[in-house]
Amino acid sequence: MKKINSILIASLFIGSLFISSCKKEDELKGNGPLTLHFDNRAGSADFAMNTNLTIASGETINVTKLKYYVSNFVLVKADGSEYKVPQNGNYFLIDEETDSTQDVTLQNIPAGNYTGFKYILGVDSLRSTLDVSQRTGALDPAGAGSDMYWSWNSGYIFFRIDATSPQSTEAGNQCFFHVGGYGGYSTPSTNNIRTISLSGSEAAEVRIGRNPEVHIYVDILQAFTSPNAYSIATDGASFHMPASAVKMADNYIDMFNINHIHND
Amino acid sequence: MAYFLNMKKAVFVFGFALLLIASCNKEKDSKEEFVFTAPANLPATKYNFSNNPVTTAGFILGRKLFYDATLSRDSSTSCGSCHTSFSSFTHHGHAVSHGIDNKLGIRNAPPVMNMAWSDEFMWDGGINQLDLLPIAPIENPVEMDLEFADAVNRIKNTAAYKPYFKAAFGSEEITGPKLLQAMSQFMNMLISANSKYDKWKRNEGATLTAHETDGYNLFQQKCSSCHSTDLFTDNKFHNNGIKDNFNSDSGRAHITQLPQDVGKFKTPTLRNLEYTKPFMHDGSFQTLEEVLAHYNNGVKTSATLDVALKQNSTVGIPLTPTEQQKIILFLKTLNDEDFIRDTRFAEQ
Ligand code: HEC
Ligand code: HEC
Ligand SMILES: [Cu+2]
Repeated sequence: MKKINSILIASLFIGSLFISSCKKEDELKGNGPLTLHFDNRAGSADFAMNTNLTIASGETINVTKLKYYVSNFVLVKADGSEYKVPQNGNYFLIDEETDSTQDVTLQNIPAGNYTGFKYILGVDSLRSTLDVSQRTGALDPAGAGSDMYWSWNSGYIFFRIDATSPQSTEAGNQCFFHVGGYGGYSTPSTNNIRTISLSGSEAAEVRIGRNPEVHIYVDILQAFTSPNAYSIATDGASFHMPASAVKMADNYIDMFNINHIHND
Repeated sequence: MAYFLNMKKAVFVFGFALLLIASCNKEKDSKEEFVFTAPANLPATKYNFSNNPVTTAGFILGRKLFYDATLSRDSSTSCGSCHTSFSSFTHHGHAVSHGIDNKLGIRNAPPVMNMAWSDEFMWDGGINQLDLLPIAPIENPVEMDLEFADAVNRIKNTAAYKPYFKAAFGSEEITGPKLLQAMSQFMNMLISANSKYDKWKRNEGATLTAHETDGYNLFQQKCSSCHSTDLFTDNKFHNNGIKDNFNSDSGRAHITQLPQDVGKFKTPTLRNLEYTKPFMHDGSFQTLEEVLAHYNNGVKTSATLDVALKQNSTVGIPLTPTEQQKIILFLKTLNDEDFIRDTRFAEQ
């Protein structure tokens, strides 16, 4: 009797497993797109170019160019399982001046509820040394990537702010904050590739025929704030070399936050 | 006399006929085919030919681009301005390069030859793909001073280029990557390995004199740790003591930002030294005699001086005057006159 009971329970259990898995398959099959919207901000305000902004040091910057690469996306479900978005075709260059670049749409994502979003701010070392014939789209040094590429030190600029500041002693009070450095080709050197990892309680529900949007706030001032408060007067108005950019790279890990998710 | 006149006439008629034939074939440029063939005595190549094999049409397009001054802001300067064929593709007689608006660079233009065997370019190794290299001089404010994207647009807007791209890549579409690949095809064909030394090494009938052989043996002992293989470079970075401070140009450290790389520069090849004067990254040595004297007793010490130059607690590489002369005689066997006179590589 006992035996029969346990068989019964076991089969009921297996049966219910089967049913629930059937149900899951039913509603979550196929693929759909997912959009990450990068909304540049300055503290609690919207970000604006050609406007005076106060950074943590109390100094003023007036940004004339703001661009950065995002790539190598990984989407995480609530249960911790991960979907790695194929690298190919998924290198994006966010440009404050061009609205269309601020929506990054990842295609063909398996349907599911995603609560975690990881990506690289920059370009991975493999792409940084890729054959020229495969450098297309955002990575084309003769095209979209032209002002995000160091010709004398083969590699991409990951994050770029050009600005003016009364605290800059360079010609025209200019400032150039150019962060790059993928770790070196033959000699290991500064690596400023940083992985951004965002998560929240809300899920982006990827389904066939829908396009959920994760609205990410990007606080540009954070690049100057913590853990390394950046002062133009003492740290310098410009850097173009990987080692000098480490402070900013360590700051901008914390620049991104999920503000909300649209599932309609 | 009559005979001579007749002969002249005949030559004239024959020449005219040839011209006619040649003009019929003009579309095809010439019948000459360009294929990449690695000389037997050189090590394995590093260029990725599977993505961009050399073709005749690609070589011809690359050559046209290499000599095209429209790739500079004011259309004054081409790659060939600083890399001339008769000086083994260096900037003859210039200590440091001389570019647009008469601006001077900080470094000596190295010979553009045997590039397929390297994967780190420039004195500091900042560039790691030949295909990416042209972007640097084109954008450099003291060289050609033009945004690469603008340079590509200029070529796109030059109708004359369309058939060249079509022949090389099967379509008239002009893109940055194709332009770069064509330039690599031209540069990869600039192979110099036909010196007396090469012909001796490959048993092609040449012989070295007794002095040259002595020089060769000395060179093997004293110099070949850095100037290695028949490329005469290990493609690595060393401080060979030409200065004791490198504040004006830190060399390899400019790229790696590592203190141990300050003052290190890529070992240059020693081929064609007859045509590539002056020497060193800053062009500070005019003659081979000065270079040998430097290694013998001019080496300056600094924190990163190569260990090969401070053996047995002596700085430098001790060499008697005779030894220095013998090494120079050997180095002269590395001059490849066929290469610098090869009209296929010159501006057409
Ligand atoms: C104004 C002079 C000038 C012009 C114009 C110029 N170069 Fe150079 N080239 C140099 C100098 C100087 C260097 C060494 C630079 C360095 O080490 O930083 C160099 C280095 C190189 C090298 C690297 C060789 C090696 O052994 O590492 C190649 C290849 C090359 N140039 C090709 C080109 C091409 C292709 C163009 C045209 C797009 C060009 N150059 C235009 C001066 C010039
Ligand atoms: C420790 C490595 C090393 C050794 C050993 C060495 N060299 Fe060099 N050599 C270099 C480097 C590096 C340079 C370029 C330095 C620079 O420009 O700052 C160079 C430059 C030269 C040049 C100038 C080439 C040019 O085109 O500018 C000549 C010639 C030369 N070496 C010959 C010799 C001879 C001959 C010996 C042996 C007596 C020798 N070298 C030993 C590393 C070495
Ligand atoms: Cu929103």
